Amino acid sequence: MLMVAASQQPLPCPVQYHHLQGAKRVVEIVERYDAECVPDAYKSNKVAYIKNGSISKNCTKLLKVDKLMKAPIYIYYQLDNYYQNHRRYVKSRSDKQLLDGLQNNDTSSCKPEESNGGLPVVPCGLVAWSLFNDSYIFTRGAVPLKVNRKNIAWKSDRDHKFGKRVYPFNFQNGSLIGGGKLDPHIPLSDQEDLIVWMRTAALPSFRKLYGRIEEDLHPSDLITVNLTNNYNTYSFGGAKKLVLSTSSWLGGKNDFLGVFYIFVGSSCIFISLVFLLLHLKDSRPCGDATFSYWNRKNVSL
Amino acid sequence: MVLLSTSDPTGIAYVQTINLDGESNLKTRYAKQETLSKTPEKEKVNGFIKCEKPNRNIYGFQANMEIDGKRLSLGPSNIILRGCELKNTAWAIGVAVHAGRETKAMLNSSGAPSKRSRLETRMNVEIIILSIFLIALCSIVSVFAAIWLRRHRDDLDTLPFYRRKDFSEAKPKNYKYYGWGWEIFFTFLMSVIVFQIMIPISLYISMELVRVGQAYFMIRDGGMYDEASNSRFQCRALNINEDLGQIKYVFSDKTGTLTENKMEFRCASIWGVDYSGSKGDLQSEQVAHEVEVDGMIFRPKMIVRTDPELLQLAKVGRESQRGKHVYDFFLALASCNTIVPFVVDTPDPSVKLIDYQGESPDEQALAYAAAAYGFMLIERTSGHIIIDFWGEKQRFNVLGLHEFDSDRKRMSVILGCPDKSVKVFVKGADTTMFSVIDRTLNKSVIQTTEGHLHSYSSLGLRTLVVGMRELNNSEFEQWHFAFVDASTALMGRAALLRKVANNIESNLRVLGASAIEDKLQQGVPDAIESLRMADIKVWVLTGDKQETAISIGYSSKLLTSKMTQIVINSNSKESCRKSLDDAIVMAKKLTSGSIVSHNMEGSSGAVITPVGLIIDGTSLVYVLDSELEEQLFKLASMCSVVLCCRVAPLQKAGIVALVKKRTSDMTLAIGDGANDVSMIQCADVGVGISGQEGRQAVMASDFAMGQFRFLVPLLLVHGHWNYQRMGYMILYNFYRNAVFVLILFWYVLFTCFTLTTAINEWSSMLYSIIYTSVPTIVVGILDKDLSKRTLLKHPQLYGAGHRQEAYNSKLFWLTMVDTLWQSVVAFFVPLLAYWNSTIDAPSIGDLWTLAAVILVNLHLAMDVVRWTWITHAAIWGSIVATWICVVCIDAIPMMPGYWAIFHIGGTPVFWWCLLIIVIAALVPHFVVKFIYQYYFPCDIQIAREAEKFGNLRGHGAIEIEMNPILEPHQR
Repeated sequence: MLMVAASQQPLPCPVQYHHLQGAKRVVEIVERYDAECVPDAYKSNKVAYIKNGSISKNCTKLLKVDKLMKAPIYIYYQLDNYYQNHRRYVKSRSDKQLLDGLQNNDTSSCKPEESNGGLPVVPCGLVAWSLFNDSYIFTRGAVPLKVNRKNIAWKSDRDHKFGKRVYPFNFQNGSLIGGGKLDPHIPLSDQEDLIVWMRTAALPSFRKLYGRIEEDLHPSDLITVNLTNNYNTYSFGGAKKLVLSTSSWLGGKNDFLGVFYIFVGSSCIFISLVFLLLHLKDSRPCGDATFSYWNRKNVSL
Repeated sequence: MVLLSTSDPTGIAYVQTINLDGESNLKTRYAKQETLSKTPEKEKVNGFIKCEKPNRNIYGFQANMEIDGKRLSLGPSNIILRGCELKNTAWAIGVAVHAGRETKAMLNSSGAPSKRSRLETRMNVEIIILSIFLIALCSIVSVFAAIWLRRHRDDLDTLPFYRRKDFSEAKPKNYKYYGWGWEIFFTFLMSVIVFQIMIPISLYISMELVRVGQAYFMIRDGGMYDEASNSRFQCRALNINEDLGQIKYVFSDKTGTLTENKMEFRCASIWGVDYSGSKGDLQSEQVAHEVEVDGMIFRPKMIVRTDPELLQLAKVGRESQRGKHVYDFFLALASCNTIVPFVVDTPDPSVKLIDYQGESPDEQALAYAAAAYGFMLIERTSGHIIIDFWGEKQRFNVLGLHEFDSDRKRMSVILGCPDKSVKVFVKGADTTMFSVIDRTLNKSVIQTTEGHLHSYSSLGLRTLVVGMRELNNSEFEQWHFAFVDASTALMGRAALLRKVANNIESNLRVLGASAIEDKLQQGVPDAIESLRMADIKVWVLTGDKQETAISIGYSSKLLTSKMTQIVINSNSKESCRKSLDDAIVMAKKLTSGSIVSHNMEGSSGAVITPVGLIIDGTSLVYVLDSELEEQLFKLASMCSVVLCCRVAPLQKAGIVALVKKRTSDMTLAIGDGANDVSMIQCADVGVGISGQEGRQAVMASDFAMGQFRFLVPLLLVHGHWNYQRMGYMILYNFYRNAVFVLILFWYVLFTCFTLTTAINEWSSMLYSIIYTSVPTIVVGILDKDLSKRTLLKHPQLYGAGHRQEAYNSKLFWLTMVDTLWQSVVAFFVPLLAYWNSTIDAPSIGDLWTLAAVILVNLHLAMDVVRWTWITHAAIWGSIVATWICVVCIDAIPMMPGYWAIFHIGGTPVFWWCLLIIVIAALVPHFVVKFIYQYYFPCDIQIAREAEKFGNLRGHGAIEIEMNPILEPHQR
C-alpha cells in the first residue's frame, strides 16, 4: 500500500521546473491600444469615434524590446471580453458555402447576415461579417520590419474548408458594416485573415495570429507600430491588444501549467509523507479479521 | 363442492390437497349417509344447501343441507375443494357451492404484484436529486443569461457576436429575439436539452443489460445445478437481481423445500434393543423384499434400508423370545395404520409394485418398513387385512380401529389374529404413549426405550412408540359393546369414541419405538447454518402439524436444544393477546437478562438464550389483520427462529406482508407448491423450487432452482456480487454523466450563458453510448469483489448488503463531491492553460472530451477488483475507441472542428494537460479510497486482503464467528 502511496508523486520535480522555465523563456510584449488610440476629443464617446468614417483611424505606438527575441516572432492581436463562442455567433456561418460558394443556396444558418438587398452574401454569417480589420505596420528604428503574413491559417482549413474558386460576393455591403472587407478577386482559400478569424475562439479572451517577424529583435530595439484602429470593441467594452511573442516548445507564455504541476507534485509528496508517517506509527495488519464488522459489533454488545 | 356420493359404498373419497396446502398425503372426505344412495343420473335429487359466504379458510366449512326433509350439518370433511385431486376413488358426485373466483383456492391466491428492486427504488430517489441538480444548473444559466441580456440591452442590436437586428431588409427588425422573458425561457429549455445527460437514461438500459449478464452467470453456475431433476437455476424476473444481496428474512415452506417430502424408516428400538441399521450400511446393495403370490411377484414400491440383524430376527419369526417381540412390532407397524395398498403394474407383467397410499407419510414409511422386513400388507378392507409374512399369507380381522386424533396423539387397532387371540396394537407419540403404558412391567425395557427415543429425536428423527396388549374375552366383549354403541351414537360420537379408545388403550406393554427420517434435502442444515451466520432470519411456514414442524426444525438445525421455545396455540383473540404478551415478556427476559449477565460476567461465557417462536395457524387467524400484528412482529423480531405451522396459503402471504410492512428489510420467500404462490408473490423476492409439486410455484417465482441449499450460493455469492456490482454501477453512472455535464456547464459560464458547447454534438451524444458505456456494463457483469470461496466461507460478509454498504446516500454525496472536483480539474486546467491563446473551440473541446473519457475510464479501472481480459478490452478499448471517434469526427471537412485534433495533438501542452488532469483529478479519489481501505476497512476489504495474502489471522476469528458470544473479542 505504501509503495502505491509513494508512487502518487507522479513526476520528478525537474519536469515541473522545466515547465516553468519553458514558459519563462517565452518573451512577450503585450500592448493594449484601443483606449489610447482614441483622440482626446472622443474619449468620452468612443463609439461615436469609431463609427465616424471621416476621422482617421491611424495611430502610432512605440514598443520597447527588453529581452532578446529570437525569430520567429509571432504577431497576435488579442481581443478581450469578445464572445466568439456565443451561440448565436458560432452558429451564424455556412461551412458549405465557404467551400462551394454561390452554388450553395441553403445558407439559412447565416441569418441575420444571409443576404443583402436580395442578393446572397459570400461569405455569409455573423462570423465573417465581424471580420477583424485592424492592421499593423512595424518599423525598427527607421527600417521597416518585414512581416510575413502567409501561412498564418491552418493548412487543413485552406485546403479543405475554404473553396479555391469561391470569391467574396456582396460582402460587407449592408447598412451596418461589421468589420473588414475582402478583396473580391482573391479566392477564400487565400484570404488567410478570414480563415484565421473564422476558426472561432473557445474563450472570451483570445488571440489570433496576424503574422510573423522573421528576424531577431534585440534588447533596446525600439519598434514603431503604425496601426489602423478600425475595429469596434468600444460598443461592448472589449479590449484590443497587440502581442509580440516568441514561441517555446510549450506554445505561448503561460505559467499556469507549470505552477499547477508543481502544486500537484508537491501535494502528492506531502500526502505520501503523511501516509508514511501514519504507517510507521500505526499500521493495520492486512486481512486481520479482528477489525471486521462482525467482530467489532460483538465488542460493542 | 359438497360430496353427495362416491364410488366407495361407504361414501369415502380420498383426495390429495397438494395444491392447496402442500401436503401430499391422502385425506378422506365423506359423503353424507343420507345422500349416498342417490344417483343423480337416474333421479332428481332435491335439496337445499345453506352455506357460509366464500372465504379463504381452507380448513373450515360450515353449511347445512336439507334433503328429504332432513337437515344435515356439513363440515370441512364433507367438501372437496377446488384444486384437490381424487385418489383411489373412481368417481364422486357433488354439488358445487362456490365456483370460479369464489373458490377457496382462488381466494387464496393473490394477484402478482410487479416488483422493483430496492436499489432501483433508492436510485430513483437519487435521480430526483439529480433532476433537482439539473434544474438548478438550468436555472443558474437562465438567471445569468437574463442578467447578461439586461446589462447589454442597449448594445444587443449591433453587438458583433449577438446582433439582434437583421439589416438585410429596408426596415431592420429583430432576428430571433422574442423579448426578454421568452429569451430566458428558451435559454432554460435549451439548457435542459444540453444538460439532460445528467439524468442517466442510459443507466436503465445498461442496468437491464447487466442484469441479463448476471442472470446468465447465475444460470450457468454449476453450483446451482440440480442433477437429480436435471434443472438449472432459472432467472424468471430480470429486475431484482441485486435484491438478492440484501435479503434479511427468508420465509421457507417446509414440505418439498426443506424436506424432500420422502419419509424414510431409519431405526427401531424393539424390546429395548436398538437396531439403528448403522452396521448394515456396509451392505449397500439392498435387494427389495419380494413376495410371490399366485405366480405374481409383489414388491413394495419403496426400498427401505434394512438392518441385517433385525432382518434375520424377523425372518426367524416367533421361535425366540426376541423374535416374538420383533414379530409383534412389525405386525403393529403393518396393521396399525390406515394405509391402503395399491397394486401398480410394471413393465414386467409378473412383477407388481405395491404402492401404499395413506393419510400420513409416516404411516407409509412404516408400512414400507414392515414390508421390507417381510410383513407385507397386501390387502385391506374395512373388515380384514391380509399380511404376507415371508410368503405366508395371514389374515387378520380388524375388529375395531381408533383413528388418530390430535388430543390422544395415538391410534389403535384391534386385531383378531388367526390364532383366535385378540390383540390391541397402539402406536403414538411418545409423550402420550408413556402415560398409557403399564410402567410396572419391564421397567428396564421402558427405560432403555426412552433412552433410545431421546437419542433418535436429538438426531432429528420423528419417533413413534408402539405398544400392545392382548385382550381376554371379557375385555373384548366390553370394548366391543362400547365401541358399537359409540360408533352408532348420534350425539357426540367423537367424544364417545375417544372415551372408548382411552379405555382400551391402557396398561400397554411397550413393544418398541420406530424412528422415521423426514428426509431433508441435501445440505439443508448447512444451508440454514450459513444463512443464520449471514444474519438472515429464517422463518419456516408450513401447513404441517406442530410436532412435525418442530421435529423438522430440529433436524434442520433451525431449532437447537439450547433454544427456548415459545409456543403460541390459541383459540381466541383474547387468549392470543395474552399469550403474545406473556411471550414478549419472556422473550425480553431471556434476551435482556442474558445481556445483563453478559456485562457482569464479561468474557466468562455468558449465554444469550436464543428464543424460537412457534405459532400455529389458528392463532395467526386472530393475529393477522388485527392490532396484534404489531405485537407478533415485536415478539418475532426478538426470536431467532420462527416456525409457523398449520398455516393456510394466504396466511403465509399475510406473515410475509406483516414483516414487509414493518421493516425496510428485504424478504425472500421460497417454496415449491401451489400453496406457496401467494407467499412467493408477496415477498420482495420469490424463489420457487422446481420440485415434485407441480410448476405453480415456479411460474409465480422470480427465481427458480432445484434445491433449497442453492439458496446459499444464490444469496451469499450471486446476491452479494450483484448487489455490489449494481450499487457501484449506479453510482458510477451518476458520476460519469455528471462529470460530463459539469464540464459542459462550466463552459457555458464562459459563453455568455448561451449553451454553446465546445465539445461537438456528436461527441456528447456518443459519450454515454460508445465512450463510456461498455466498461461499466462489463464491470457490472464481471467484477467480483471477493471470490466465491471466501464468500461461502464467511457468510458474515453478506452483512454488507444489509448495511447497504455499496449504495447509500453518504456514498452518493461523496461521489458527487468527487464528481465536482474531477469536473473542475478537467475543465479549468485546459481553460487556464489556454487562456489568452489562439485556441479554438473545437480543439479545446476535443481536449475536454478526451480528458473526461480517460478520467472516467481510469476511475472505473481504479475500482475494478477482478480484472479479466474482457475488462481490459472494454476499458482500454473504450479509450481507444474514443480517440478513433474524435479523430474521425475531426476528419469531416464540414464539421467546424475540422482537423482540430491533429493541430492540438501536435502541441505538447495538450499532452501535458491530459496528464495533469488525470493525475490531479484522481488523486483525491485515490487518497480517500486508500484512507478508507486502510484505516476504516470494511469486511469486504479485510476478506479481500486475507484472500490476497492468504494469511492466517482470520483463523482465530472464525472460531469466534461460530460462537460469537462465548468469547467477545478485545478491540
